Amino acid sequence: MTNLVVPQQAAAATRTRPPGEPLLKVEGLVKHFPVRSGLFGAKQHVRAVDGIDFTVDPGETLGVVGESGCGKTTTGRMLVRLLEPTSGKITFEGRDITHMNRSSLRPLRQDMQIIFQDPYSSLNPRHTVGRIVAMPLSVNGIEPAGGVKKRVQELLEIVGLNPEHYNRYPHEFSGGQRQRIGVARALALKPKMIVADEPVSALDVSIQAQVINLLRDLQREFNLAFVFIAHDLAVVRHFCERIAVMYLGKIVEVGSRQQIYEQPSHPYTKALLSAVPDVTKLGASLGRIRLEGDVPTPINPPSGCRFRTRCWKAQDLCAQVEPPLDPKPNGSIAACHFPEVGPLR
Amino acid sequence: MLRFILKRSLIAILTLWAISSVTFFVFFALPANPAETMCGKNCDVRTIAAIQKNLGMDKPLPKQYLDYHAGLFVGRDFERQGREAQHCPAPCLAYSFRTNEPVTSIIGRAWPVTASIVVGGAVIWLTVGISLGMFSALRRGTVFDKTAIAFSLVGASMPIYVFAILLLATFVFGLHLLPYPHFVGLLEDPVGWVKALILPWFALAFIFAAQYARLSRSQMLETLSEDYIRTARAIGLSKRTVHLKHAFRAAITPIVTIAGIDIGGALGGAVITETIFGLQGMGWYAVRAIPNLNFPVIMATVLVAAFFLVAANVIVDCLYAVIDPRVKLN
Amino acid sequence: MTTPQTAHGGAYLQVRDLRVQFSTEDGVVRAVDGVSFSVDRGQTLGIVGESGSGKSVSSLAVLGLHDPKKSRISGEILVNGRNVVGLDDNELRKLRGRDVAMIFQDPLSSLHPYYTIGKQIVAAYRIHHPNASKSLARKHAIDMLGRVGIPQPAKRIDGYPHEFSGGMRQRAMIAMALVNDPDLLIADEPTTALDVTVQAQILDLIEDLQRDFNAAVILITHDLGVVSQIADDVLVMYAGRVAEYGSAEQVLRQAQHPYTWGLLASVPSLHGDADEDLKPIKGNPPSLINVPPGCAFHPRCRYAMLNGGPCDIEVPQLLPLLATHEPGHTVACHLPERQRKSIYEQDIAAVGVAI
Ligand SMILES: Nc1ncnc2c1ncn2[C@@H]1O[C@H](COP(=O)(O)OP(=O)(O)OP(=O)(O)O)[C@@H](O)[C@H]1O
Ligand SMILES: Nc1ncnc2c1ncn2[C@@H]1O[C@H](COP(=O)(O)OP(=O)(O)O)[C@@H](O)[C@H]1O
Ligand code: SF4
Ligand code: SF4
Ligand SMILES: [Mg+2]
Ligand SMILES: [Mg+2]
Repeated sequence: MTNLVVPQQAAAATRTRPPGEPLLKVEGLVKHFPVRSGLFGAKQHVRAVDGIDFTVDPGETLGVVGESGCGKTTTGRMLVRLLEPTSGKITFEGRDITHMNRSSLRPLRQDMQIIFQDPYSSLNPRHTVGRIVAMPLSVNGIEPAGGVKKRVQELLEIVGLNPEHYNRYPHEFSGGQRQRIGVARALALKPKMIVADEPVSALDVSIQAQVINLLRDLQREFNLAFVFIAHDLAVVRHFCERIAVMYLGKIVEVGSRQQIYEQPSHPYTKALLSAVPDVTKLGASLGRIRLEGDVPTPINPPSGCRFRTRCWKAQDLCAQVEPPLDPKPNGSIAACHFPEVGPLR
Repeated sequence: MLRFILKRSLIAILTLWAISSVTFFVFFALPANPAETMCGKNCDVRTIAAIQKNLGMDKPLPKQYLDYHAGLFVGRDFERQGREAQHCPAPCLAYSFRTNEPVTSIIGRAWPVTASIVVGGAVIWLTVGISLGMFSALRRGTVFDKTAIAFSLVGASMPIYVFAILLLATFVFGLHLLPYPHFVGLLEDPVGWVKALILPWFALAFIFAAQYARLSRSQMLETLSEDYIRTARAIGLSKRTVHLKHAFRAAITPIVTIAGIDIGGALGGAVITETIFGLQGMGWYAVRAIPNLNFPVIMATVLVAAFFLVAANVIVDCLYAVIDPRVKLN
Repeated sequence: MTTPQTAHGGAYLQVRDLRVQFSTEDGVVRAVDGVSFSVDRGQTLGIVGESGSGKSVSSLAVLGLHDPKKSRISGEILVNGRNVVGLDDNELRKLRGRDVAMIFQDPLSSLHPYYTIGKQIVAAYRIHHPNASKSLARKHAIDMLGRVGIPQPAKRIDGYPHEFSGGMRQRAMIAMALVNDPDLLIADEPTTALDVTVQAQILDLIEDLQRDFNAAVILITHDLGVVSQIADDVLVMYAGRVAEYGSAEQVLRQAQHPYTWGLLASVPSLHGDADEDLKPIKGNPPSLINVPPGCAFHPRCRYAMLNGGPCDIEVPQLLPLLATHEPGHTVACHLPERQRKSIYEQDIAAVGVAI
């Protein structure tokens, strides 16, 4: 497996990076889930994440996009160690945390937090908002200056909730407000990085915009690094400086916002972008790239390039040789034998 | 499917073996000595030793354990003081400490009683409970529904013995409509069979019917709010078809599971019903055997009860897969 | 140009002043409160609005699928000229699936898990063709599955819903809806649960089939992008009422209602300055048990009472635009038309998606 994000390469591909260690470095990360299928089924593996590499700098926002089932959530959960990686290496602030045990993980948990998609099921309905937000503090035995309550109310204020709602229960809040509670909880320990798994997907458009703006403000104010997982490309564009596109457990392209959205190199990225319905184009489904069929099963991915079964540019080579992730003429790093050249339109 | 059944059966057998081992050691390792209990008042050490030998309890525990389980499959011989050794053919469950009767024949006598009570009761509780629940869900909010809810509340909160005694007091002692239950075989005297069992059936069914009414009502209500029910209505199916073909089938699935386990459990002995109506079924014998420290009978009743529970589990799992195509058997 | 209010005098579906109320323990839910619209064969009406704005309730009312015991429905729903409000279930049943068919958001939960796809489509066909033999119905179902783009339909017809992927399930659902050749297809958030690539396939399919079957289509969604792609007319709903109604061009390009502006400015887009903040609508949608007095949108409206207007007292009527020559474009807002136009040009057209 080529190590794609060697710092110089990445610097060439994306914005100029400050010298020094990245905050998070992921190398050859793999997660296989064992499954049994069929009547007399032999044990098989869902290759949910199948060897991915990327880095995140302090204060940087990395977007992870891709179709359902491509491994985004699995990746996010491995980063915060809610799932044990099958193989590969995760380095956070220079320390290898891949197989760290619970007690050594504790300081890491403070620096890295996760926000979940579903604002309904991710908050304990029997706990007050105060208790929910204070949970990371109490679990880690932290007594903030001025007391827990003051800190929690501060946090509620930061995320735009009324601090007086300290004693209310989650069901008294709307979806958007609940997501704010989740954000407040994630901020409680002043993390350096937040993994956000589809944080706005369950929200209505008007509320979604409120939460995106909130996250953007917080990101700037606290110089937070983000791994922002989403399937909505437009949302990701508004939030992330750098974007990784996943397909069937692999990263197929990484690049800056400008590279991914204006001049993508990978046919899949191009197809994804072209499928997004655009309010500015009335009735225009013309000129759209139509991807046929569905994503193949991750139990038995296609040989060579995994996208070849749906790619309109596929040739024999694509079935035989897996394309390496390397810099492409358009600027980004992509895994394709016959990359796109030139701007999107 | 076959592989699944084989696998489940194997697990079932292991479970049974584990249950029988645990029961064996719990009872036989107890400090209480049944020989003393059997010996009565004027008892000396010699008599006790003799009784123990009769019972096979003079041997070391592991040997007893092996003998007991071997007896199940190949039969065994019991030494009898002063008499010839007695052969107990497989499946040997040893002899009752009290009556010296082979336990197998006790079970052979008791189980038909229990089975008669449970099968008849189950037919009543399933039909009454499920139809009550389903109809009250379909007529939610009506007087019928409210009555059904009241019934299931009463049923769920009334202890079975209270209801059973009420039945006895009314029909047997009060109105003299029925004789005090005395079990006769179905084949010998069908009318007598029904006469003896009708009250126990209703006693047993009452409690369960209430539970099943509640369960079916909530299952049906949940199913009726499913999206696919709306779809079925949207393609123009009549309410009747939607209820019968689409909703009922989905709502009944979890009930099948619970019914299987409940029936399996009751087949091991309907203790309270049997005791109150004086019917000598599995539960009746089990209850009597415990204070007497009649270990072979205790062991046997536990084994039979465990067998039916485990078998019910296997059957329910297979049924589930037949009903719900989403269930993969592995 | 289509002119929804006037020129559709004889449209296939005409809804007039529809009101749907539910009585619940907490109070009366005014889910739909005086909504009028129409669609003709070959036309697509997009209904947009946030969740809880009454979109699904309106469409279920067209099929008469609300429980008459728990809901109160008034107004007129003319399907091919015949009012279906208050019709008894037997009459409605003949309509459902044959004249008006519907597809739903989540195809997995909308198909019965215990029956094969084929069985469900065959049932949908035979209910309106009682004389058709099983084998004929099955042949029809296979044809239909092939038509909606399911590969090897003769084989897949015996599959269960859980064995299909999300996109394939929605195709099967569409096949089931179209098997009786309906005149009106109502699609309630048909692509919300799907990936963009699959969403594009399904939208294309609906468009193609509409052309083939010459059906009227109502597409309900909260995604303005989806609407802009296939709708001829657009109806914007807020709190059970119509905020704005007109052709797609009018509503999406020359929006006149502050709520429509809010939606347009909230949507992140693939174009424009990504570093610019989105302009969300403040607050939350109201509960339909306690709809704010006057204009339901006023607590969230940036322009409420701009001229000391009656926004919090008087419900604005849905009125045609007078100053501009835009037939069929109606808006329910107290702001003077001229002012709305200038606000739109200054504040809205510049940001986000509205170009
Ligand atoms: N516990 C598990 N056991 C087996 N397979 C799993 C498990 N968790 C995830 N998978 C499979 O791994 C693959 C990736 O799943 P993942 O949840 O990471 O997808 P995702 O990209 O987050 O998708 P979505 O957009 O739907 O959230 C999928 O094929 C999924 O079915
Ligand atoms: N059967 C019902 N009983 C009571 N309230 C209902 C019922 N169905 C829908 N509602 C309410 O009506 C409003 C509109 O719902 P709906 O049409 O489903 O919204 P959407 O625009 O998201 O499709 C919501 O407030 C919803 O809670
Ligand atoms: S490698 Fe081949 S199949 Fe894969 S994306 Fe590039 S052109 Fe398509
Ligand atoms: S009527 Fe008033 S509150 Fe309502 S949208 Fe118009 S300006 Fe805003
Ligand atoms: Mg996910
Ligand atoms: Mg809806």
